[in-house]
Amino acid sequence: MEQTEDIRLMKGNEAMAEASIQAGADAYFGYPITPQSEVLEYLAREMPGRGGVVLQAESEVASINMVYGAAGAGARVWTSSSSPGFSLMQEGISYIAAAQLPCLLVNVNRGGPGLGTIQPSQGDYFQAVKGGGHGDYHLIVLAPNSVQEMADFVFLGFELADKYRNPVLMLSDGAIGQMMEKVVFHKKELKRIPKPWATTGKTPDRERSIITSLFIQPEKMEAVNLLLNKKYEEICKNEVRYEEIMTEDAEVLLVAYGLSARISHKTVQLAREKGIKAGLLRPITLYPFPYERLNKLADQVKCMMTLELNAGQMIEDVKLAVNGKVPVGHYGRQGGIIPSPEEVEENFEKFFKSVS
Amino acid sequence: MENNEIQTPDCLVENGETYDMVYERPHTLTGTRMHYCPGCGHSTAHKILAEVIEELGIQGDVVGIAPVGCSVFAYDYLNFDMQEAAHGRATAVATGVKRVLPDKYVFTYQGDGDLAAIGTAETIHCVNRGENIMIIFINNGVYGMTSGQMAPTSLAGMKTTTSPYGRDTKTMGHPIKVSELIAPLPGAFYVTRQAVHNAPAVRKTKKAITNGFKYQKLNKGISFIEIISNCPSNWKMTPLQTVEFLDNEMAKYYPLGDIKVPSAEDLK
Repeated sequence: MEQTEDIRLMKGNEAMAEASIQAGADAYFGYPITPQSEVLEYLAREMPGRGGVVLQAESEVASINMVYGAAGAGARVWTSSSSPGFSLMQEGISYIAAAQLPCLLVNVNRGGPGLGTIQPSQGDYFQAVKGGGHGDYHLIVLAPNSVQEMADFVFLGFELADKYRNPVLMLSDGAIGQMMEKVVFHKKELKRIPKPWATTGKTPDRERSIITSLFIQPEKMEAVNLLLNKKYEEICKNEVRYEEIMTEDAEVLLVAYGLSARISHKTVQLAREKGIKAGLLRPITLYPFPYERLNKLADQVKCMMTLELNAGQMIEDVKLAVNGKVPVGHYGRQGGIIPSPEEVEENFEKFFKSVS
Repeated sequence: MENNEIQTPDCLVENGETYDMVYERPHTLTGTRMHYCPGCGHSTAHKILAEVIEELGIQGDVVGIAPVGCSVFAYDYLNFDMQEAAHGRATAVATGVKRVLPDKYVFTYQGDGDLAAIGTAETIHCVNRGENIMIIFINNGVYGMTSGQMAPTSLAGMKTTTSPYGRDTKTMGHPIKVSELIAPLPGAFYVTRQAVHNAPAVRKTKKAITNGFKYQKLNKGISFIEIISNCPSNWKMTPLQTVEFLDNEMAKYYPLGDIKVPSAEDLK
């Protein structure tokens, strides 16, 4: 039987890099930073000869601006970094969003703030979802929880970026980026769409293309803002993604993404063994956030708790979603410390007993 | 006055009279009225750029990167594909464009704050990589758009809004000669410093910019063209006085002429 699938044991970062080549990325511009330097290294080895440009820039500032240029020229382009480096990209990201350029961005979240630690964290949730750069814009944010998803979301990311002419962020972390798991590459070809707005050279048959984010007259700026607002409305309507585990009869709910969702899955199993009807909702898109589904679940469960490797960020979106219907709590560790499912289960029980 | 259809290349018929066309605005300018101050070098530099692109017949193959500064609206005046870069980042943006469109002519057009202050790292590394693009550096020794602050290239003793007692080199450093700084890098193929304040200067700048486009096809690195420019508004002079100041002061510190020229071997 012909083998149509390509199955490998790979590190998250490298699976993501391999997926980008298979998805037809034209260019990658990046700068080394732990825990994601493997991306640039893998591409430096693999990309030449398989088509596409890979370039180590002098900084993350330069990287994101190279992405801007290449995306404006119509290319399928991406970059990756980790928290302190991702902060450097915020200016460029705001410009990319305003100029409506499609591209894929990746943040392999490490502990912070500041130079922090190289261990995993989810402390960049606010930066990813609420803005990070200035102005009214949003990134579509995808949160993988496995090496397989780090590969799959490259395809999804490029697809959504092209569909909406918007930057897409894959928010991973230092554990998923570094862990090794089985990954299946589906040999999919990601189709190209026409980009008549790109700066490919003004031929006589068209007006010149201008890529800009400058709209000095208030009326023009407002028109652009309203256009972006409308786009985000469409995204919120069409692109919400989440996974539910044992929620059908759940009485208490965990909400977690990425690595925390892996831990929460085991936590829910442990709780069930004790006779607790626990369930898990795992947002896959952090923007657009599954507000509607959580609001509905608030009619069913007695309380919700987020597990996040931060001081409590996604909890705010869960609270917005349930709008006061049920108590919402948070448990998390910071500094790169990863709690065990037992520790989480113990604190989950403590929480819902306290609000009963 | 509206740009009417060109009737023939050689003459214009208006009100029954026939006039010989000795010059017309290049079609690579949009015809939009420029906002630059009277006596500013930008309008002349834009026109030279547009003329060269038209004469070389590359309007359909060129991508320009505009800076943040007085010329942030350059894409309103130039009739070809352009991208607006964040302040200082034009050389990184140009790198992104050229790497994915290697057959196109790519250039940046930047001021002294853009290229030599906030964009210093991007400028040096773009040159160091030897990207096959042209960098046009408009150096008027002051920040124009933000109304006259000191630039890295402001002359010693120059009074600006942020050096009201004159640039003190002890606390504010000396003016930077960017062309001389980057010329030694192997990635710099052609480095020259020109001006646009009189007819001979304009002709030399036009030659330099023409080279800057032609050399891209050799794939041998950066063409860096510094243009010392007049800023009557922020030098606080009349346009005619700025011409004198340029000749007597600016050109003394920033000598005009070629700094690095490719050899005959290089041009093969």
